[in-house]
Amino acid sequence: MRFFSTGLFRGLVAQLLGTIVGMTFVMAVRVMMGLPAWSAEASVQEPVLVGGVLIGAISFLVGVGIFNDWFKWARGIPTTDSIEPDPAKPNWMRYFSVDYDHKVIGIQYGITSILLLGIGGTLAMLFRTELASSGITFLNSDIFETILGYSSEHLFNTLMSLHGIVMIASILLGVGALSNYLLPLLIGANDMAFPRLNSFGFWVNVPGAIILVSSMFFGGFDTGWVGYPPLSLRAPIGMQMFLIGVYLVGLSSISGAINVIVTTFTMRAKGMSMFKMPIFVWAALATAFIQFTATQLIGLSFQLVLLERLFGMNFFDATAGGDPILYQHLFWFYSHPAVYVFILPGLGIISELLPVFARKPLFGYRWIALSSMAIGLVGFFVWAHHMFASGMSPYLRIPFMYATLLVAVPTGVKFFSWVGTLWEAKLTLPTPMLFALGAIIIFLLGGVTGPPLGTIATDLHLHDTYFVVGHFHNTMFGGYIFPFFAALYFWFPKLTGRMYNEKLGKLHFWAMWIAFMVLTIGMLFIGLQGMRRRVVDYDLDLGFDSTHLIMTIAGFVIFFSVVVCLINLIVSARRGKEAKGNVWNSRSPEWQISSPPPLHNYAQPFEVVGEPYDYGLPNSTYVNMSPAPSGAQGAE
Amino acid sequence: MIHLAIVSVLVIISTVLLGLFLTTADILPAQASVQAETVDWLFGIHWWFIAFFVSLITVFILYSVIVFRRRKGERGDGKYMTGNHNLEILWTVVPIAIVLWMAVIGASTLADVERRDPQAITVDVFASQWVWRFEYTVQVTGESGEQILTAVSSDTLFLPNNQQVVLRLHSEDVIHSFFVPEFRVKQDVLPGGEEFVRELRVTPKLLGTFKVRCAEICGRLHYDMQADVTVVNGSEFNAWLVEQAAGCNLTDAECGQRWAQTYGCIACHSINGDEGVGPTWLGLIGSEVLLTDGSTVIADEEYLLTSVLDPNAHIVASFQPGIMPQDFDERLSELQILQIIAFIMSLESE
Repeated sequence: MRFFSTGLFRGLVAQLLGTIVGMTFVMAVRVMMGLPAWSAEASVQEPVLVGGVLIGAISFLVGVGIFNDWFKWARGIPTTDSIEPDPAKPNWMRYFSVDYDHKVIGIQYGITSILLLGIGGTLAMLFRTELASSGITFLNSDIFETILGYSSEHLFNTLMSLHGIVMIASILLGVGALSNYLLPLLIGANDMAFPRLNSFGFWVNVPGAIILVSSMFFGGFDTGWVGYPPLSLRAPIGMQMFLIGVYLVGLSSISGAINVIVTTFTMRAKGMSMFKMPIFVWAALATAFIQFTATQLIGLSFQLVLLERLFGMNFFDATAGGDPILYQHLFWFYSHPAVYVFILPGLGIISELLPVFARKPLFGYRWIALSSMAIGLVGFFVWAHHMFASGMSPYLRIPFMYATLLVAVPTGVKFFSWVGTLWEAKLTLPTPMLFALGAIIIFLLGGVTGPPLGTIATDLHLHDTYFVVGHFHNTMFGGYIFPFFAALYFWFPKLTGRMYNEKLGKLHFWAMWIAFMVLTIGMLFIGLQGMRRRVVDYDLDLGFDSTHLIMTIAGFVIFFSVVVCLINLIVSARRGKEAKGNVWNSRSPEWQISSPPPLHNYAQPFEVVGEPYDYGLPNSTYVNMSPAPSGAQGAE
Repeated sequence: MIHLAIVSVLVIISTVLLGLFLTTADILPAQASVQAETVDWLFGIHWWFIAFFVSLITVFILYSVIVFRRRKGERGDGKYMTGNHNLEILWTVVPIAIVLWMAVIGASTLADVERRDPQAITVDVFASQWVWRFEYTVQVTGESGEQILTAVSSDTLFLPNNQQVVLRLHSEDVIHSFFVPEFRVKQDVLPGGEEFVRELRVTPKLLGTFKVRCAEICGRLHYDMQADVTVVNGSEFNAWLVEQAAGCNLTDAECGQRWAQTYGCIACHSINGDEGVGPTWLGLIGSEVLLTDGSTVIADEEYLLTSVLDPNAHIVASFQPGIMPQDFDERLSELQILQIIAFIMSLESE
């Protein structure tokens, strides 16, 4: 089997061995300290497992080979900046090993993201089935207790918590996929600025995701994805796996963001001033600024919980002088801006696609570009709106209410500019455009349900209800999921050189869009009525049974529509109609070269000679693919 | 221009229809507090803004999709227009004005909701995994005629109608949240003692029974952490308080049952043989109990007393240590503990 010679396989073996070595090491230290090495008690197992898992994660990275070049540098051995494919090996093997090509890394991110999307979606289907009617009727099946060894209520809490964090990891990887694959192609670079760091940024996610999902088998955790102490200090060992897994994924965000920022500032094609960049690059840049400056805070807050659990350092335990609200500030200082990490790239995709299918310039390019930056900036001053009911200083809530409502302004600019782009257009509606338009409507619902959560008096009713659940699923589906699928269909011919099946694409869109609208309106409605979040069961006499049943059916429709999409894309990648050229008649540079793009992208640097979205302006182009060589060459 | 005129009319029609639907359909629960009136007034303003902005964007997009769609065989691009700075400034400045106004009324409604009534009565609310307990302070006349303050505990939150109540929220373990949808207010309940006690003010205005449910995830039985909230007339409320303050003059076992309910014992220990977070009490007395260390012990009166005061002394096989609070000697009087044990001893299996 060729698979056994891939970096991924070596990494997994190394992770397993590393975990065993790490556990042995901690047990040895414990014996020397006169403590029991192992027992049935969680308090004894926890430090051993945490030590093992941490060493295991590092071992994975060594095993996969991500440090090889850095080791070589340390020993003074020269290296090259790209790994040329070995013609003796089949092409697919590149995707399972360390590779520095941004297109390979982009696809690695994308596939991993879709895998996590599948896991997160499956978890959701499990607890949605439970919620279909009042009474605990599904998760109390003996099968679950036999496999996992915990009660139906705890199982629900674990499934719900893992669904949240696995989806977040999936989205972060999906954002990585979009920016890594597209950014160099869009700005005319041959790769990202730091290819090794880029590859590290992807591979650190793999042990991160494995550890995260493994939390299910270490007792799970029942805190939701927010992990508020003191509850998270009492949760089973699964809590630690959650903290460590997220920590590793966070490292990926930071290293990926450095690459996006430096690549955008230093590697643009000749003539591409900031306001001539494709609009997605602005979105990716704003996203990277947030990731680069905020991710440390969630890492820090999780690290403090980890240390408090392991060593009894009382940061958050109020009875010992700690402060539980401090954690919430640290946590939301990242986790609110993180929401904009999830949606800004998606909104960038919408802005990128609309002009192509409207055959019109992007309305107010500069306003859209700067609104991404404005959202990114204002996003740093609103975190405490998650804490209006938390018991923080009551007067502190007012400035956060002002800042929160202000987010509506730059978001509004985007909506109005999109409407301006569509006005008097010549619209066509293939699958990617349907997804982009569907995204706008859903994101609109997410937008207008924001202000009732922003004004404190109304938020005190809505906080921790399904209204909040509906609101953020709107922003996630409108700001990420639908645009992600739009991008997937739009650039699928670019990735593979083949066309997807249009009928199945449209089926996917309509099934998912209608089902999602049903689901989310149901969530908003029962939330207003007082249905709480994160509960395994609800009273029959609240009258929510029929709404929940409809929502569960809608959830399954969404799930299976994604299955249809994946079948479509997998089959089309092998047998689809050939689509080598500029299938969407786009002005963007990546469509002016062959599909899939050549190994090092552009054979010669192109030059930007016009505006990116001047559709409808006769005889204009964005890029000149074969500019005259600059300066006199030779003596002719 | 004709396009703009048509769309404007459609936006107005859609706004009115959607706004009327949102404001007239019963999308919020019953209004059971004075605070709820203010909150619902603010909701009403939100509904109209939502109706307008949803209509504005949706109608424009739907109209564009239908009218500006490329016809079969049509060639060429759309109208060349790259933007309009005046429009962009307009749709930046007007929303800024709207959100600032929203923030101002948001602050004034909050002030209204939190307005203090100096005559408000105080109830101490104690939340612990997964029980609510409510404590009232009552002035009673002692045997020799002196006035003494005595605490009354209840598993139901009794409230007098049309009277502001200050709920002082204490948590004994993790973060909980006090939420009665009909009152429209919510406040997290923090552990950590007096420094972390938070207050919530509510003035009931509707007679009836509602539910307080925990809104902040607090572990395994979070979903089931609920208690009745009963709003009665002032006179009825006072009569109830006096009756409670008189103490329990029933048999020991009956009083014990009352304490077991009030202090939440039966949230974890069933009295009908069902499996719970802790061992069931039915048929416990005199039975042989298997412990996690493999030994067995006979559940006599002394065993029960030890298990209440020092819950981790004996852990019954297949149950987790450290779940039951270890401070019942502080929470309950000696008499109350003995009465609870009398109640357990009365639960012989049939």
